[in-house]
Amino acid sequence: MSWLKQTINSSVGAKSIVALTGLAMVGFVVGHLSGNLLVFGGPDAINGYAAWLRSKGALLWGARVGLVAITGLHIYFTIRLNLLNKRARPIAYAKKSYTRASFASRTMVLSGLLSLSYILFHLAHFTFRVTSPEIAALGHTDVYQMLILSFSSPLVAVTYIAAMVLLGLHLNHGLSSLFQTLGLNHSKYNPIIRSIGPVLGSLLAAGFMSIPVSIMLGILK
Amino acid sequence: MNLDPKIPSGPLADKWTKHKFDIKLVNPANKRKYTVIVVGSGLAGASAAATLAELGYEVLCFCFQDSPRRAHSIAAQGGINAAKNYQGDGDSVQRLFYDTIKGGDFRSREANVYRLAEVSTGIIDQCVAQGVPFAREYGGLLANRSFGGALVSRTFYARGQTGQQLLLGAYQALERQIAAGKVKMFPRTEMLDLVVQDGKASGIVVRNLVTGKIETHAAHAVVLGSGGYGNVFYLSTNAKGSNVTATYRAHKRGAGFANPCFTQIHPTCIPVSGDYQSKLTLMSESLRNDGRVWAPSSTGDKRRPDDIPEAERDYYLERKYPSYGNLAPRDIASRSAKEACDEGRGVGEHGLGVYLDFRDSIKRLGGDTIAQRYGNLFQMYERITGEDPYKFPMRIFPAVHYTMGGLWVDYNLQSTIPGLFVIGEANFSDHGANRLGASALMQGLADGYFVLPYTLSNYLAGMSRDPVTTQGSEFRAVQNQVEEKLKRLLSINGKRTVDSFHKELGKIMWDKCGMSRDRAGLTEALTKIPALREEFWQNVRVLGEGENLNQSLEKAGRVADFLEFGELMCADALTREESCGGHFREEYQIEGEAKRDDENFAHAAVWEYQGEGKAPTRHVEPLVYENIKLATRSYK
Amino acid sequence: MKLKLHIWRQKNAKSEGRMVTYDAPDVSTHMSFLEMLDVVNEGLIAKGEEPVAFDHDCREGVCGSCALMINGVAHGPQRGTTTCQLHMRQFKDGDEVFIEPWRAKAFPIVKDLVVDRSAFDRIIQAGGYVSVNTGGAQDANNLPISKESADQAMDAAQCIGCGACVAACKNASAMLFTSAKISHLGLLPQGQPERQRRALNMVQQMDKEGFGNCTNQFECEAVCPKEISVQFIARMNKDYLNASVCGPDPGKKAGGED
Repeated sequence: MSWLKQTINSSVGAKSIVALTGLAMVGFVVGHLSGNLLVFGGPDAINGYAAWLRSKGALLWGARVGLVAITGLHIYFTIRLNLLNKRARPIAYAKKSYTRASFASRTMVLSGLLSLSYILFHLAHFTFRVTSPEIAALGHTDVYQMLILSFSSPLVAVTYIAAMVLLGLHLNHGLSSLFQTLGLNHSKYNPIIRSIGPVLGSLLAAGFMSIPVSIMLGILK
Repeated sequence: MNLDPKIPSGPLADKWTKHKFDIKLVNPANKRKYTVIVVGSGLAGASAAATLAELGYEVLCFCFQDSPRRAHSIAAQGGINAAKNYQGDGDSVQRLFYDTIKGGDFRSREANVYRLAEVSTGIIDQCVAQGVPFAREYGGLLANRSFGGALVSRTFYARGQTGQQLLLGAYQALERQIAAGKVKMFPRTEMLDLVVQDGKASGIVVRNLVTGKIETHAAHAVVLGSGGYGNVFYLSTNAKGSNVTATYRAHKRGAGFANPCFTQIHPTCIPVSGDYQSKLTLMSESLRNDGRVWAPSSTGDKRRPDDIPEAERDYYLERKYPSYGNLAPRDIASRSAKEACDEGRGVGEHGLGVYLDFRDSIKRLGGDTIAQRYGNLFQMYERITGEDPYKFPMRIFPAVHYTMGGLWVDYNLQSTIPGLFVIGEANFSDHGANRLGASALMQGLADGYFVLPYTLSNYLAGMSRDPVTTQGSEFRAVQNQVEEKLKRLLSINGKRTVDSFHKELGKIMWDKCGMSRDRAGLTEALTKIPALREEFWQNVRVLGEGENLNQSLEKAGRVADFLEFGELMCADALTREESCGGHFREEYQIEGEAKRDDENFAHAAVWEYQGEGKAPTRHVEPLVYENIKLATRSYK
Repeated sequence: MKLKLHIWRQKNAKSEGRMVTYDAPDVSTHMSFLEMLDVVNEGLIAKGEEPVAFDHDCREGVCGSCALMINGVAHGPQRGTTTCQLHMRQFKDGDEVFIEPWRAKAFPIVKDLVVDRSAFDRIIQAGGYVSVNTGGAQDANNLPISKESADQAMDAAQCIGCGACVAACKNASAMLFTSAKISHLGLLPQGQPERQRRALNMVQQMDKEGFGNCTNQFECEAVCPKEISVQFIARMNKDYLNASVCGPDPGKKAGGED
C-alpha cells in the first residue's frame, strides 16, 4: 500500500482528497436543503421527514459519523496543504497584485473556517439544542415549530443568512475548482464547469436563506 | 599549420558511408573510461552531449546560462531543412547539397556539405521520435514551408519556434542523461581557456559564475559548441551572452580560425529605435513567403505607406530577381535593402528601413490565414514597435545574425589541435560565405547527433584509457593566466563602462566590416580597433568582486576577446580580395552583384595565432570541387 | 519620462537583501524594460555603485532567462509578454515601479534579481522526455499525428521555463510548468509508453523541490508569457491520479502475482 501513502502525501493526491471530500459535503448540503425546503409544505411534511430520518437509527448514525469523518479529512488536508503553501514562499513580495484570482478563491480559508464555526453553532442550536431552553423544550419531531421559533429571533436569522452567504462564497470557488483538481476538464465544457460554482453555490445559499427570510416576512408562521 | 581536410576517398555519395565503416570503434565496455568535455548546450552541444552519454562516454557539459535550455538556438524561428521530399516537389540529397553549396557562394567543402544533406533526413526522424511537435497537415503527416534560396518546400517547422522545440528535444535528451548520471552538467559556468598538454586538447579552465571560483576540468577530448561571434557588432540578433571567448581562447592556444569575415546579415529585422538599443530582433525569414518587400520609388518620400500608390512603390526584389523574388537569399536581400536606404529611399524615423508588406496576402488569403501562419511574429512586432502589422506594413532592416566563419575543422570536425572538436556555428564547415535559411538548425543537430559521435570515437580509440587529471603543470599555468587576467580587469578602475567599449567596437565593425566593406574602411578599422583595445585596458571600469556573481566582469572578459577578434575579422576581410556571399567588397562587383574570384580565392582562409602583438599568419585550405561546376550565383 | 524605481538588492545568497530606491530620469517610451535597466546600470557604474544584476539573454521572449516581478505582477503589466519584450510605453511619467526577484523557497536568490531555477531542470530530469536514443528512429511520416493533437502538444510545449507561474502563484506552485511538459508529451503517441511513470515521477520531484500546491486561482495562466492554459494542470492531475490509482504498483515486479 506504499502507493496509497505516496499518493496521499503528494500535492495532487492531497488536493484530490480535499476535492472529493468537498464533493461529498456538497452532496450532504444538497440533501439537507431538500429536507429543509419541505418546510414550505407545512408542519406535517417536514416533521414527517424528520420522524422518518430518526426511524433509520443506525443508518442515520452511520451517515453522521461518515459526515464528521469527511469534514475532518477536508479540514485536515486543507490545513496541511496550506502549511506547505506558506512554507513555499518564505519571503513575501514588497508589492503583490492579483490579476485574475477571484475574491471567492482568495477567501477560501476564511469562508471555510467561518462556515465551520457556524456549523458548530448550528449543531448546538438545532441538533444538541443547548442554546435555548425553549427549543430544548420542544419534541424532537416538531422541527417546524423549532424553525419558526428560532428564526423569529432576528439575531439568529441574520447570523444564519450571513453564514449562508459564506457557504455560497466557499462553494463559488470550491465547486468549479474540484473539477479542475480531479482533472475533469474539457475545452468544450469548461465554460459550464467554470460557472457551476457561482451558479450552484448561489442557488444553494439562496435555498437555505429562503427559510429565515420567509419566516421573518411572515410567509411561514 | 596542417590543414589536411581528411576527406575520405571515393565517390561523393559514398564517402560518409565508407568513412563510418573505416572509423575505429571503442569497445562498449571501454567507453565509460573516456571523459569528454562539451562546451555549450545549444543544438550542437546538447545533442552531442546527450548522444555521447547514450553511447556510454562520461560527459561534462558546460553552459554560461542558468540552464542548458536557454542556449541561443532556442531563438531560431523559421525552421529546419531536410531533404525528405515529402512534398514530392523534386527535392533530394543532391539538390539540398547543391542549394547549400550555391547558397554559400561556392566557399564550402563539398564532402562536408554532402554529408550534411545526407544526414538531414535522420534529424527529422530523430526529433519526431523525441516528441518535437512539428507542424502537421490534417492528414497527420508533417507540413513543410519554403524558405529563401530554394525552389522546393523542405523546411520543417513548429510554428515560429522551431529552434525552441528542437532545442527542448535535445535538452530533454540531455536531462535524461544527467538523471542517468552519464552527464555532469555545469550551468552558470563559463569556459575561459583551453588547456593543451602534449599537443592535445586536455581540458578547460572555467569560472563558476555564481561563486567566482576558477576551476579546471580534464578530459580525453574537448568539444566546443559555443556558437557564433555575431556580438562583435554589439547590435545583433544574438543573445546578449553569446560570445567568442571559448573559440577565440582556443584559437590563441593553436586552433586555426577560418574565414572570420564571413558573417551573415539577416534581411528582416526590426530597425533600431535609439542609442539605448541593446539588441536587434529578427522577424523570421518565413515572412517573406507571404510578405512583399518594397521601398518608395522616389527618394525622401515621407508619406504614410498606405498613401503611396502602387505605381510609386518599388518591389525591388521582385524587380531585380524575378525567379526568386522575395525569396532571394539573405545576403542579396540584405544588400538590396541597404542600397535602397543608401539611395535615400529608406523609411521610418531614421531612414534605415524598408517595408515588408502583407496587404496583398491578407487580401488574397484573409487575415485569419495570415494570423495562423505568423500570428506570434506579428504580435512580437507590435509589442516592440507599437505598430499593427495587419494595418501597416512592417518596417524591416538587415541585422547581423549568424557567422559562417569559425574554428577550422577537418571532415572529422577536429580542429588543428588534436582532441579539440568544434561543432555547430562555432566551426566554419558547411555554409561557405552565406548560410541558407533553416540550415543552421540542420547543421547544429547533424554535427551533434550524427557526425561527432562517430568521428570522436575514431580519435578516442587511439587514446590511452587512463583516467585524466588536472594535476599537470599546464593546467596550473593556464589557470594562473586566467586568474591574472580577471584580477587585472577588476583593478583598472577607469572611467568607461564595458558596454561603452562594446558599443564603440560594434560601430566600427558595422561601419567598416558590415554589409559592405572596402580597403580604406578596413584599413581604418585595423588602426582604430587596437587603439580602442589599448584604451579598454587602461580605462575600463569593472566594479564588484571576483568572488560573486559579477555580470560586469563576465562582460568585460568577453569584450576583451571581441576587441582582439574584431581585428582578425577585419584582417580577413581585407585580405579576401573578392566578393562572395555575405562578404561584399565594394571594389569587387559587376553591376551591383558580387564578383567572385575563383582563381585566387576558392579557398578557406585559416588564421594562425602568433602571439601577443604579432600579426597572425594566413594559411589556406584550397576548396576542390570535383562534383559541381563553379558558377556565378544567379537568382534572377 | 521620469520613473522612480524600487529595486531589490542582495549581495549574494547568504546576505540580507532590501529594497533600494533609484531614479530613472530619462526613459524613452521605445525602450524595452531591460534597456531601461541597462541605462540605470550605466548610471550606477558611473557613480561607482555596483550595477543591478538580473538574468537576461535572448531578449526576444523565448529563452526564459528574464524574470522580474514588476509592480507585483510577474513580467509586468502586459499580457503574454516577457520582461525583455515589455516596452516602456506601458508606463507613464512619474510612475513608481517595484522590481523584485521571483520569490519562492524552491528559487533561492543568487544575487539582486537573479534566482536559481535549477529546480525546473530537476523536474525535467525526473521524466520530462521520451526515452529514445539517437539513431534508429523510424521515418517521421510513419506515425501520423492529428493536427489537433500536434497543435495542442505545441501549445503546451511552448513553455519557456521562466518561472513566472511560480512567481505569480500565491502558493509558489510549479504545477503549470510541470503540467505543460507532462501534457506536451502525453498528448503525442511518442509519449504514451512512459505517460504514467512520467506523471508520477515529475509530480513527486515537483513536491520534493518545495513548491506549493495549486489552489486553482489561475494567476499563473494570467501572467504566463506564452499564455499556457491551466487546462494542462487538470490534465496532469488526471494523469497522476490515473497512474496512482490504476497504474502498476511500483512496489511490485511486473508480470508476476508476487
